[in-house]
Amino acid sequence: MKAKIHVTLKQGILDPQGKAIEHALDSLGFTNAANVRVGKYMEVDVQETDKAKADAQVKQMCEKLLANTIIEEYRYELV
Amino acid sequence: MNVGVIVFPGSNCDHDCQHVFQDVLGQSVRMIWHKETSLAGIDAVILPGGFSYGDYLRTGAIARFSPVMSAVKAFAKDGGAVIGICNGFQILLEAGLLPGAMLRNRSLHFICKDVHVRVENAATAFTGACQPGQVLKIPVAHADGNYYTDPVTLAAMQANAQIVLRYCTAEGAVTPDANPNGSLDNIAGIINPEGNVLGLMPHPERCAEEILGNRDGKLIFQSLLKAMKVNV
Repeated sequence: MKAKIHVTLKQGILDPQGKAIEHALDSLGFTNAANVRVGKYMEVDVQETDKAKADAQVKQMCEKLLANTIIEEYRYELV
Repeated sequence: MNVGVIVFPGSNCDHDCQHVFQDVLGQSVRMIWHKETSLAGIDAVILPGGFSYGDYLRTGAIARFSPVMSAVKAFAKDGGAVIGICNGFQILLEAGLLPGAMLRNRSLHFICKDVHVRVENAATAFTGACQPGQVLKIPVAHADGNYYTDPVTLAAMQANAQIVLRYCTAEGAVTPDANPNGSLDNIAGIINPEGNVLGLMPHPERCAEEILGNRDGKLIFQSLLKAMKVNV
């Protein structure tokens, strides 16, 4: 089972990279582009066939290491 | 005093810390590889600056799981003095030994320059040789020094005088312009509620002797010796 994990800064926390990209998009003429958020994308193969167990493990991975929940939020899907 | 300097893969200020404690302050220093699990005989622990584990994932995020960190946590819990400098500060945050987290610098640039910090609390084990409100000139060198914590934690730290160093002008005014990285409340250094763990972004070990043209950083280490009742 593969976990596809996205980690981004929480809403409300300034994302300087997102801001810089937003300005660049604006200067390219994409004046309707707003709220750019930059994040990380990770794929993890989980050696587990039980989806509930895999889900619990991936959640723990995110909480313990992959995201710093003081500043970041995460979401994932299992495929 | 026996000082333990933790060496992670990618630490690069470890020898500077060793030099200051050993050659400038005349203390005994043990370099402790991150795979070690005992801090027996150590009186104070330094987590030095650098790029532990290449800053992969987040600064300090992998180093906090190094085998030695269990011993550092136990040492801190028993009241042992711990200083985390720059990457060491980032590791202390990730390890939960200090509250908050580091964001990328507001400018997105790696900042390497002298800054001024004001001693906001001179009654700590790390600032006792300073005057209250004293302005120190100490260099910073980091890309992730934009300190963040939630408003509740910030208020608690303010109430407990845990904010020890704040970025300021040369005259000691804490202003947005004097803030190099966007750090919340101009925070440059904080301690835990118990007062035995310090994290700071500036590098005092880089300005602790006359030949380098600046000795302001020495005050941080002299404060520690004073607190540990070591005569220099």
